[in-house]
Amino acid sequence: MGTRRDFLKGVLASGAAATAGVVAVPVQARETRSRPPEALGLLYDSTLCVGCKACVAACKTANENPAEFSTVDHLWDTPLDTSGYTFNLIKMYRNGTMDAKDQEVNGFAFMKTSCMHCADPSCVSACPVSAMTKDPVTGVVGYNPDKCIGCRYCVVACPFGIPKYQYDSPTGRIGKCELCRHRHKDGHYSACAAVCPPGATLFGKTSDLLAEARRRLAMKPGEMNRFPRGHLLSAQEKTLPAKDNGKGQGTQMRTRAGWLDEPDQSYETPAGKYLQHVYGEKEYGGTQVLKLSGVNFEKLGMPNLPPDAAAAMSETIQHNLYGNLIMPFAVLGAMTWVARKNVKSDEDSPEQGGKDHVQ
Amino acid sequence: MSNNHHAAPAPVGGGLVNIVTLSCGVLIALMAAILMVRFLFGLGAVTALNDGYPWGIWIAVDVVIGSAFACGGFSVAMLVYIFNKGEYHPLVRPALLASLFGYTLAGAGVMFDLGRWWNVWNMFWPTSINPNSVMFEVAVCISLYIVVMWIEFSPVVFEKLGKDDARRKVGKAMFFVIALGTVLPMMHQSSLGTLLVVLGGQVHPLWQTPVLPLLYLLSAIFMGYAVVLFESCLTSTAYRRKIETHMLTPIAKIMLGILAVFIVVRIGDVIARGALPRAFQPSVQALMFWLEMACFIAPLILIGAEANRRNPAKLFLAGVLLMLGGALMRLNGFLIGYETGGDFNYFPTLAEVLVTAGMFAVEVLGYIIITRRFPVLPRENAQATH
Repeated sequence: MGTRRDFLKGVLASGAAATAGVVAVPVQARETRSRPPEALGLLYDSTLCVGCKACVAACKTANENPAEFSTVDHLWDTPLDTSGYTFNLIKMYRNGTMDAKDQEVNGFAFMKTSCMHCADPSCVSACPVSAMTKDPVTGVVGYNPDKCIGCRYCVVACPFGIPKYQYDSPTGRIGKCELCRHRHKDGHYSACAAVCPPGATLFGKTSDLLAEARRRLAMKPGEMNRFPRGHLLSAQEKTLPAKDNGKGQGTQMRTRAGWLDEPDQSYETPAGKYLQHVYGEKEYGGTQVLKLSGVNFEKLGMPNLPPDAAAAMSETIQHNLYGNLIMPFAVLGAMTWVARKNVKSDEDSPEQGGKDHVQ
Repeated sequence: MSNNHHAAPAPVGGGLVNIVTLSCGVLIALMAAILMVRFLFGLGAVTALNDGYPWGIWIAVDVVIGSAFACGGFSVAMLVYIFNKGEYHPLVRPALLASLFGYTLAGAGVMFDLGRWWNVWNMFWPTSINPNSVMFEVAVCISLYIVVMWIEFSPVVFEKLGKDDARRKVGKAMFFVIALGTVLPMMHQSSLGTLLVVLGGQVHPLWQTPVLPLLYLLSAIFMGYAVVLFESCLTSTAYRRKIETHMLTPIAKIMLGILAVFIVVRIGDVIARGALPRAFQPSVQALMFWLEMACFIAPLILIGAEANRRNPAKLFLAGVLLMLGGALMRLNGFLIGYETGGDFNYFPTLAEVLVTAGMFAVEVLGYIIITRRFPVLPRENAQATH
C-alpha cells in the first residue's frame, strides 16, 4: 500500500515545485503599451461628418471588397455592420424626433466604425500564429492571410468588434481595416480620409491628430474656425500653395516623407459642440484612431474602456506562469523525481514481476 | 507494492454490435455528412456562428468542456504515481483511455472549427508562433499531451500484440512520460481559463477574473475525478460488473476536498472583485451563475458524509453534478456571459449539435471497442456474457 510518507512526499514535491516556480519568477506586470512615436492614424470628428458614406465606398474600392446588400432590390452597397467584406462603415444614432444633429435627445449623430489600431491590441496578443501584427514604426495593425489559421480568437478578443470573418466561404479570411497600408508605398494614404468631403476623417500622425483634436476641444461652439481636410501635416510642415503641388497639376507628382503632396484643402466652418473627451487618447492604453463627438460615445457604439489593455493582464498572467518555461520545468522536475520513485516501486513489485504496471 | 492485490487488466470480450454501438455509428455518419458540407461551403453553411459569436459549441463544448471531461486520466495518474496511492491503480487504464479519446477528439474538433485549417502548421513554425498568445500555449500543450497519452497507453497495445520488448523499452521511460502527463494538462487546463482574460469587459464580471487559470485548473482536477466516478459506475452497470466502491469512496473524498478549495476561491474572488451584486440582478447570467453554484455545492451535501460516499447511486449523481457544474462554468464564460455589443445572437444549429453528438459517439464507440478487445479494465471472475 502506498505509505503515508510517500503521499506526503508527493504533496511536498508538488508544493515545493510550485513555490520554486513562483519564487524564481517574481511577479512582474507587463505594462500596457503606448503608441509608437511615429504612429499613423485617423481623426474622426462626428460633428463634421455629414453621413455621405463616401468613405465607405472608397474603402470598398481600395480594398477590392464586394458590395453587401440589406435591401430587397440589391441596388446599392448597404451593409448594416462591418463584416469580412466591409472594413469601414458610418453608423447613425437616432433619438426621438431627430430634430438636430449631434444632439443626444431628439437628435441624431454619425459614427465611423473601423479598426482603432490600438497601442496594445488584443487581437495581436491573441493571435497564436502572428498573422495579426502591429508595425513597430507606423503602429498599423495588419493581417496576413497566409499565416492565419482562422481560429477567430482575434474576432472574440477585440473590444471594438473589428476583425470579422468570412463565414460564407470555405477559405474565409479575416477582414479588417489596415489603414490602407497597401497604398502607402505609392504615397497614398487611407482612402476614407482622402475622399472625406468635410474632412471629418483626417489622416496623419497620431501625435499631430491628437494636437488637432485638442485644438478643436478648445474652440467655442458655433465660432468660425479653419478645419483641414485629407492629410493632416505636422505643424512644422507647410502645405504648398495650390498651384505648386503634385495633385492634378502638371505631370510631376511631388512627395514629401513618402506621401504625395496635395493642395491645402482647409476650409472655414462653425465649430461643433464637443464633449470634452478625445476617444482613443487613453482607452486601452490609447488607440491610433481618435474620435470626437457631440453625443456620448457609448450611445454611438464606442465601448467604455479602462486605461489598461486586457492584453497586458493576459500577458502578465501568461508570462508569470510560463516565462522562459521556468515554472513548467520546475514542476516537471519535481513530478519526474516523484514519478520515478513511484513507478519503479510498481516495477519491483515481486508478485507481478513489474510487468503489468508500467503504463 | 501497492497493486499486488489487484487483478491484471483483461479484455472484457463480448460482441461489438448492439443498440449502443449502432446508434453511435449512425451519429458518426451524420457528423461525417455535415462536415463534408462544412469543408466544401464554409462554416456559415452549417453553423449559426457570426461575428458577435465567432466561437460556438464546437469550441465551448467540444474543446473546452470536452477536454475538461477528459481529465480523468490526468487526475488518476497524479493520484497513483505522484501521490503514490497505488491502490487506485486499476482505475488508471480506463481513465487514461477515456482521456485519450476526449483529447484526441478535442484536437480533431478544433480542425473542424478552424476557418483556414491548411495553415495550422504555423502553430508550430518558429517564425510564426506567438508566445504571448494564450491560444498558442493551449494548442502546443494539448498537441504534446495527446502524444504523451498515446505513449502512456501504448503498453496496452503492446500487451495485446504480444510485443513485450517494445513494452519494456517504453516502460523504462514511463516515469518521465507520466510526469509530463501531469504537467501538460495543468498548463493547458489553466490556460483554457486564461483564454478569456484578453476578452476584457466583454466577459461578464461573474466569469472574468485574473484567477481564471486557478479556477479552471482546480475544476479540471475535480471534474477528472467526477468523470472517473461517472464512467466507473456506468461501465460496471453496462458490463454487469461489480461497482468498484472500495476505490470510488476514497476518491470521492479527495474530489470533495479539491471542490471545497475551489468553492472558497470562486466565491472569495467574486466577492473581492465586488462582482457579487451582479449575481442578484434579474438576468440570464445571474440565473446561470446560481445554477452553476448549485451544481458545485450540491455534491458537498449529497456525499459529504462518509456513509453516503459508499452509496454508488449517490457517487454517480455527485459525479454528474460536478461534471455539469464545471461544464456550466465553461459554457457561461465562453458563451452565455460573453457579450460583444451590437445585436448578435447565437443558438447552435441542429448540424452543430449533431457534430458535437457525433464526436461524443466516436468516444463511446471507441471506448466500447477497446475495453472489449484490449486489456483495459481489471479482470473479473464473472466475465460479461453479452
